[in-house]
Amino acid sequence: MFKRILIANRGEIAVRVIRACREMGIESVAVYSDVDRRALHVRKADFCEYLGPALASESYLNIPKILEAARRSGAEAIHPGYGFLSENAGFARACRDAGIVFIGPSPESMEMMGSKTRARQHMKQANVPFVPGTDTGLKSAAEALTVAESIGYPVMLKASAGGGGKGMRMVASAGELASALEATRSEALRSFGDSEVYIEKFIENPRHVEMQIFGDTHGNVIYFAERECSVQRRHQKVLEEAPCSFVDPDMRRRMGEVAVQVGKAAKYFNAGTVEFLVDAKKNFYFLEMNTRLQVEHPVTEMVTGIDLVQLQFKVAAGEPLPLKQEDIVVRGHAMELRIYAEDPDNSFFPSPGRITRLISPSGPGIRRDSGMYEGWVVPLDYDPLLGKLIAYGENRQQVINRLRRALVEYFIGGIKTNISLFRRILLHPDFQAGRVDTGFLDRLLKEAPHGDARTARRTPIVALAAAIFAQQPPPGAHPASSHDGLHAATPRTAVTGDNGNARPSGWKTAARTEGVSR
Amino acid sequence: MKYEVLIDGHSHQIELERANKGYEATVDGEVFTLDVAMTARDVLSIIHEGRSYEAKREYSLLGETHIIMGSERFLAEVRDPRSLRSRRAAAGAEAGPAKIIAPMPGKIVRVIAAEGDEVEAGQGLVVVEAMKMQNEIKATKKGKVTKIAVEEGSAVNAGDLLAIVE
Repeated sequence: MFKRILIANRGEIAVRVIRACREMGIESVAVYSDVDRRALHVRKADFCEYLGPALASESYLNIPKILEAARRSGAEAIHPGYGFLSENAGFARACRDAGIVFIGPSPESMEMMGSKTRARQHMKQANVPFVPGTDTGLKSAAEALTVAESIGYPVMLKASAGGGGKGMRMVASAGELASALEATRSEALRSFGDSEVYIEKFIENPRHVEMQIFGDTHGNVIYFAERECSVQRRHQKVLEEAPCSFVDPDMRRRMGEVAVQVGKAAKYFNAGTVEFLVDAKKNFYFLEMNTRLQVEHPVTEMVTGIDLVQLQFKVAAGEPLPLKQEDIVVRGHAMELRIYAEDPDNSFFPSPGRITRLISPSGPGIRRDSGMYEGWVVPLDYDPLLGKLIAYGENRQQVINRLRRALVEYFIGGIKTNISLFRRILLHPDFQAGRVDTGFLDRLLKEAPHGDARTARRTPIVALAAAIFAQQPPPGAHPASSHDGLHAATPRTAVTGDNGNARPSGWKTAARTEGVSR
Repeated sequence: MKYEVLIDGHSHQIELERANKGYEATVDGEVFTLDVAMTARDVLSIIHEGRSYEAKREYSLLGETHIIMGSERFLAEVRDPRSLRSRRAAAGAEAGPAKIIAPMPGKIVRVIAAEGDEVEAGQGLVVVEAMKMQNEIKATKKGKVTKIAVEEGSAVNAGDLLAIVE
């Protein structure tokens, strides 16, 4: 096994990988940019290497700097996390050339799956079912018209190099096709540096279900539980669960076998995810493969009891998979909520800034994977994902109840988060009944939030609380003393700052929270 | 002490007096006896008729106060009748020019409207990029753009003036 691993990432996933290292007695090396000196992953790691300015191309996306950091720190392997360089075949190859193990698949597998058109060509040979459409880039608007005619409208135009919900466009009729193709091409060129666009039949209100697979360097590939990831906004996942209530055991086995076929066709090893679109008749189609650990991997860990990050280390070190297909048993139910620094009441605007108060949920069945702490300033330079709240339980209903309970406990002050949105999702009758598809969240957001019977009862207490708070020391005032008539309080840090944001000593509060939650 | 408290825009008249373990209060004439403990900065524990409530206070970037109870968030504004600032705020809320403020720190990637343009409420004025997302900042009322305070490429902080619509 490796003695020292560098984590080429930041935020909650870097903390997650550091934890896996520590449990296995492996030393961890964190990397950081100028704005991440105080980030949690830097504080938790055994060793730290500075990369450069905040701009990702100068830090977390800079291959020479990361390889240099690995060399300097003596790391034998690099875990790329997700995002940044995790699906960059050039990086995997550069690691191999530098004699450092890349904890992930081979650059060849990544290249095969990285281009969606190339992946489709290979999967066709492996008899994998996929959505009708072209498996090469469109040459002209005329070709697009012919194909669209044969598969029927509506159709989807997609950038071959696209991902993360960017570079795709739905076209409802022949009249819109030419201009939509032009727009998708220029967007693809701008965003991904490659204007290749292909066409697919548009499946109305599909579910997004994905299968976790794992391969080793000895040719074994197995599948884990599927994950239901249909709750999305702008093609970005917001909530994931395992297993999917729509998938029956027979369908699970068939999807799993197709996913393993995909993995074998790509000579795949390490963790990977095969994404499927599922229609209302339970037909499933290969969508794409993600050649990395997913954000939502914890739900699979909860229902299978297997630490996927530690399994990644073992496979990367050349060990054969310690599990056979029949060893994978799905037990109970798990759900993950992605906590983003964005304001659900204000068009989901990003909300960077200082976390002035953090009260975290705990108790039965609750897991938190987070990169934040009280007093930390969320930088505006990176993705707004702060952390994930994960719940496990005997069944889906218990998990929903647990999450609703945990959300009451959860409080993040100073910045806006999407916590309140989850309350609406979890209470929604369609969600409770498992009737979700990729259009669910957009439909929910168009509905007016329904009132709660308890709200009316609470309003006078809320008004009183506001007035009592208003009596507390104003900005810059002397901390509270015993004569304020209230029960003895913990020492109150004075509220300062011209915009009313509390700015307590970051060191002190950080030390306090960390002392408790470590 | 008398206060006018607005919760999500609805006005409540409050009288608040210190008592044994907390407060004797009335809300719109109804009497409340509260046992109150400040358990941490901006976190109040309130017991009323045997029922336990936890209230948390936080400020938005624009200086608004929010009270969070359970998992619900309430916009709260406390007007102390003796305070000049409160009286001014109460008087001048609706009329006059609308200042368009940056809701978060970021970079101006596009200026859509120009000074002198007539805009509708909800029309985009500038685009601010933060956390890898582009966010269109819209006019809060119909009128004429009398000032664009930023240019493309400039950095803004939360609360900075972006534009004025009259």
